[in-house]
Amino acid sequence: MKLASAPRSLPADAALGTIAEGPSALLAGPQAPREDVESIELSLLLEAIRRRWGYDFTHYSHASIRRRLDQARRAAGLANFSDLLSRVLHDESFFDRLLRYMSVTVTEMFRDPQCYRTVRERLIPVFKTFPFIKIWCAGCATGEEVYSLAILLHEEGFLERARLYATDFNKDSLDIAEKGIYPQRAMDAYAANYHQSGGRGEFSDYYSSSYDFARMKGFLRDRIIFSYHNLVTDGIFGEMNLITCRNVLIYFDKTLQEQVLRLFTDSLRHGAYLCLGAKESLNFSAVKPLYETLDSRQRIYKKRGLVAHG
Amino acid sequence: MAEPRYEAVVMGASAGGLQALKSLLSALPESFRLPIAIVQHVDASAKSYLAEILSRDCKLAVTEAEDKADFRSGTVYLAPTGYHLLIEPDCSLSLSVDEKVNYCRPAIDPLFESAANAFGPTLIGVVLTGANQDGARGLQHIRTRGGCAIVQDPESAESRFMPRAALDAGPVDHIVPLSEIAPLLGALEGQTLPTTGSKKAGAKGGLK
Repeated sequence: MKLASAPRSLPADAALGTIAEGPSALLAGPQAPREDVESIELSLLLEAIRRRWGYDFTHYSHASIRRRLDQARRAAGLANFSDLLSRVLHDESFFDRLLRYMSVTVTEMFRDPQCYRTVRERLIPVFKTFPFIKIWCAGCATGEEVYSLAILLHEEGFLERARLYATDFNKDSLDIAEKGIYPQRAMDAYAANYHQSGGRGEFSDYYSSSYDFARMKGFLRDRIIFSYHNLVTDGIFGEMNLITCRNVLIYFDKTLQEQVLRLFTDSLRHGAYLCLGAKESLNFSAVKPLYETLDSRQRIYKKRGLVAHG
Repeated sequence: MAEPRYEAVVMGASAGGLQALKSLLSALPESFRLPIAIVQHVDASAKSYLAEILSRDCKLAVTEAEDKADFRSGTVYLAPTGYHLLIEPDCSLSLSVDEKVNYCRPAIDPLFESAANAFGPTLIGVVLTGANQDGARGLQHIRTRGGCAIVQDPESAESRFMPRAALDAGPVDHIVPLSEIAPLLGALEGQTLPTTGSKKAGAKGGLK
């Protein structure tokens, strides 16, 4: 039997050596590849995750996802992404642990205080003309931002007339968010943000401390519905007056950013607001004409409508 | 086939970096073609005027990096305060708020490593003054992918710890005083890439 012939005339190490070096006469066969081995492995791994477990990371920013998977690979003591791929295909509990690496988000309460100040000063007066409003914190991670919003609404006397929906695809994060328990150390740091954001009370009034932990007060938690939602694969969350999605879009490629921005547009009422992260904008998006810019620095946009509110 | 040439430059600086970057960037000619991405450690709580300050004496456009923007020739991109700056495989820029690396965000290693993955042997990495070991690992990754590693001579650095750490991490291609980095970049821009087999022998396959 004849095996499909490898380029036997070449010394093996010479052939290997050219792969990382890009185009070369040695590899001039079909199309001399320039892609490094690890990025090929990365594509295969993401495809395997999508087909095996239904989580689609193929339109995530590759540079970030590669770093995270590399962390997971090192933590698992595996030599390369191909070994990781094998584990992912055959070991569900391993994949569950891997998933945590892929959706870790670093967030804080009243992050970018000026943004909360703008919500307080410009959005709340409009909301007060409605009997009831709905707010969606998309990609809420461990919940710090949705509690910040709940505190703000409470101080404006509007929390009872608001329903907040906080969604994420990471169940561990959602679990933390729903419990509303955070390290006390972090709360001390958030207090400064709170005051810069225009907070009117004492930040410590919003949680009870016990040893090294702080638990958000029940009247805040009661207004928030925590629920699983995957921005990549799940549908609209309707009739919102405000959607906040901060520092999530930067993890997506342009195609997925566009898809998610369309999802938000379809989930917002006319005249409703979209609040993005400090380094995210609608500037390069096809949905831009559907919005007016309320505050370009704080990345707050207002969806245009046939009937304009406020 | 056209001879391969260098395509991009990444730089990292920490303590003393503002002066070093001002002097380095102002010495680059208007004709310098390679896009440059820079991480300068800054205090996360401080508002950053870095782009403004650096653009004063620089003949190239200096701008804060925007997520998913093109990494264009003739432009210097700075990592925004509080965000890691990364280079995507399609050579666009992207930002992340992932955890701090070497106690920093932005950090140098994520920029260097992602850029090395995107550009391979056509990348030049430069580690400047600083009191941190950030950049050492990333610079070695650049070299593993076949790129060119430059370290500011610690003797010419306001803070020599970071260049020292970069040198301790492994071999580099050039150790030069600050004043010679711009001329070196100019010279490298004009060169074709070193051929396979010389110093790049360690760069096989990119597997760790």
